[in-house]
Amino acid sequence: MSLYSPSSPHFHADNSVTQVMLKVLVALVPGIALYVVFFGFGIIFNILLAVITALGCEAIMLKLRKRPVLPFLYDGSALVTAVLLAISIPSIAPWWIIFIGVAFAIVIAKHLYGGLGYNPFNPAMVGYAMLLISYPKEMTNWALTISNTNNYLGPWDSLLVFLKDKHGFDGISGATPLDYLKTQLNLDMTIAEAMQHSSFGLLGGSGFEWISLAFLAGGIWLIKQKIINWHIPVSFLASLFIIALIFYFIDSDRYASPVFHIISGASILGAFFIATDPVSAATTVRGRIIYGAGIGVLIYVIRTWGGYPDAVAFAVLLMNMCAPTIDYYTKPKPYGH
Amino acid sequence: MINKLFDFIGGVQIPYYKEMSTQDSIGSVALPSQLILPLSQHIGAAAEPIVTVGQAVLKGEEIAKATGYVSAPLHAPTSGTITDIGDYPLPHPSGMRAPCIILTPDGENQWMPLQPHSHDYQTLDPSTLRNIVRGAGIVGLGGAGFPTFIKHNPGPNGHVETLILNGAECEPYITCDDALMRERPEQILAGLKIIKHALNAKRCIIAIEDNKPKAIECLRSALMIYPIENTEVIAIPTIYPAGSEKQLIYTVTGKQVPKDGLPINIGVVCQNAGTCAAVHLAIEKGQPLVSRVVTVSGDVGKPRNVDVPIGMPIDELIQQCGGITGSLRRLIIGGPMMGFAMHQLEIPIVKTSNCVLVDAGNAEHLKPRDEVMPCIRCGSCAEVCPVSLLPQQLYWYSKDLDLEKAQSHYLFDCIECGCCDYVCPSQIPLVQYYRHAKAEIWKRERETQKSDAARERHEFRLFRIEREKEEKAARHKQKKAALKTNAVAANATDSEPSKKHNDPKQAAILAAMERVKAKKLESQIAPKNTDNLTPAQRKTIEEIDKNRKERNNKDTPET
Repeated sequence: MSLYSPSSPHFHADNSVTQVMLKVLVALVPGIALYVVFFGFGIIFNILLAVITALGCEAIMLKLRKRPVLPFLYDGSALVTAVLLAISIPSIAPWWIIFIGVAFAIVIAKHLYGGLGYNPFNPAMVGYAMLLISYPKEMTNWALTISNTNNYLGPWDSLLVFLKDKHGFDGISGATPLDYLKTQLNLDMTIAEAMQHSSFGLLGGSGFEWISLAFLAGGIWLIKQKIINWHIPVSFLASLFIIALIFYFIDSDRYASPVFHIISGASILGAFFIATDPVSAATTVRGRIIYGAGIGVLIYVIRTWGGYPDAVAFAVLLMNMCAPTIDYYTKPKPYGH
Repeated sequence: MINKLFDFIGGVQIPYYKEMSTQDSIGSVALPSQLILPLSQHIGAAAEPIVTVGQAVLKGEEIAKATGYVSAPLHAPTSGTITDIGDYPLPHPSGMRAPCIILTPDGENQWMPLQPHSHDYQTLDPSTLRNIVRGAGIVGLGGAGFPTFIKHNPGPNGHVETLILNGAECEPYITCDDALMRERPEQILAGLKIIKHALNAKRCIIAIEDNKPKAIECLRSALMIYPIENTEVIAIPTIYPAGSEKQLIYTVTGKQVPKDGLPINIGVVCQNAGTCAAVHLAIEKGQPLVSRVVTVSGDVGKPRNVDVPIGMPIDELIQQCGGITGSLRRLIIGGPMMGFAMHQLEIPIVKTSNCVLVDAGNAEHLKPRDEVMPCIRCGSCAEVCPVSLLPQQLYWYSKDLDLEKAQSHYLFDCIECGCCDYVCPSQIPLVQYYRHAKAEIWKRERETQKSDAARERHEFRLFRIEREKEEKAARHKQKKAALKTNAVAANATDSEPSKKHNDPKQAAILAAMERVKAKKLESQIAPKNTDNLTPAQRKTIEEIDKNRKERNNKDTPET
């Protein structure tokens, strides 16, 4: 008689890659719901097409790479990439933007680098950066919030915009608050003057601030679920806050407040959902803190002195490059050494 | 006395399933038809049989003697007849067979005359106590099986500040120490007192995980009745692997055992609860180690703790605990985190077997691994590693057999506790990779050692051939010269020295002596890579070297 005799441990926690990915998706739900409330149904079509594209590309690439298709489709990682990219793109963007971005993310940024676990760069952010560079007009035209437009796009209108561009709809798009602020500062307005504009709310951009808070809630839940650790989000937001605070003290007319930086753009989404992508982030404890802090600083630098109003994608990609080196130099000291 | 505990880094909260086997008190078993007693149940050299087939023995009689310092003798667990000495399957993950003594019980279970030191042990000096413990065949009952008397020898410079009784028992399912602490606390304390005396330890700490409140209570109240100076029972947080020696020492003292060092280097000695009770029985009752408490748990009819004679076949033990419920999938000796899965049921309980865990597919956490996915670099493994390693990096290097990198990431500091493996969402068998890499490194080291020796042998051979050539040429020259001289002084008297040199017979003898010397040199090439050997291995090497030297001395011809 010979029994099944594998090597220890014989015990395994009840977790899987699929569970990790699904929890990330669940944590995104409140933010997406508020998105619909403030900016219309466009985001839903973005997400749907992104998911279909991602699963299709994933399946084709797995087949081409002669890998088992079902287990990898089932792992949920392509879904997370798709949803993250879809919510980073303006909700009134045409469908082909989504398609190109997601296909690029899955095919080029993920599978050509070896698929799940092997991609050095965050696929969603690679897709985003490619779109932003290639289609700046479509990528910077954001929907106006419900309070600033008479044309709140319901499901049907959103579908029309999604399929046929925004013909026939006026006054539905504009710049994001970060973009607007940057333009106004270049026109020698002070922060206080620029923020008189109706696209600003209490803390940041009107509408955007609530969505950010919803993502914050989802992120905290992920930490509680032990899907992500606090290291990257906290060091990311802390470094962004501190650097913004320093310049805010130096000249509050020219530099936006730290709270504004945290609550605007993709700071919160980036801190909890994008920078924490485990595959492309640093993995040691000290490494994660350095990695997060690096992103925070880079975001401020690019937002303030760079050519783009928001900078999460570029900051994350730049730090992705540093992650292996950071890991190498932040090895913890083992017991007894 | 203790006011602060230290939380070690990492560790996991795991389901314990301990209540399964703690419903009943420690039971006893009916003697099996035969006992299988492996000669090697401990770390170190195997014992040597001192009985013959057909010989009748009494319970407690020595049947195999220790060979060397790191070794332990073996005693008859019951009275009966020796019916065979030969190779039988061992409780070893490889399914290997090794020499065992087979004892057929006579049913009398009659003890040999015992020599207890019930009250006078305080007057015995530590070395005498150690010898009794050694003679009783006691080894660490927690699972490692290191001969206990060695731990009781702090060495000339050793000073024991803290003696820790390890009652953590952090592996799921296992409750044998828990049962012992609840039911026989006085035995444990008596043993602890003896060990404290033998070690001259300043203080004692009895450390128990706080998921065993009954054991804590029992030992505390027993300590009131049988007080030991400077001794305290403390509850430590329940987190796996709190019972791992190095982690426990840190939890209790806040000190880390230096790498490549022993606990004694920082003035600490750890003892398992079962070992303490065994020491008590050896000293105060004169009984050698012939039985132990074993947890039988998992998918069996009546999970419980039983007092089992050493050598009891596991299939019979399971039968006596209600049999397997379902169809057997896996048999684990030890806990589910660090225990070994066996190839078969027909193997004996040995001194180190603390748990027999039967998996017939009913326990949810014992299910076989799901499909292995690629590593997503989530880093959960690094968070739970109690040694602060980077399991993920170790995995990459072990997988690629980049052994140098693996070693520079401290592969050999891994204690194989399985925490990383347990939490991995991709279900990667991490520990298996590390074991494989370690084995590969050992293999390569042995190979380099061999090839080094071979190279040196070859170089020496070339050197020798060259030298022999030169010598031959020199001899030729001399011969020629001598012939000339002889011709010149044909009538001169033969002088002794010239005769000696010119005699071809003498030259042949000299050459032969040279060759012998060369051979001797060759066989004395120093072995390499002997760092990091266990004392046992070192001992074996020393013995081999000694034998070799003796042989060489004998081989050298008398001149």
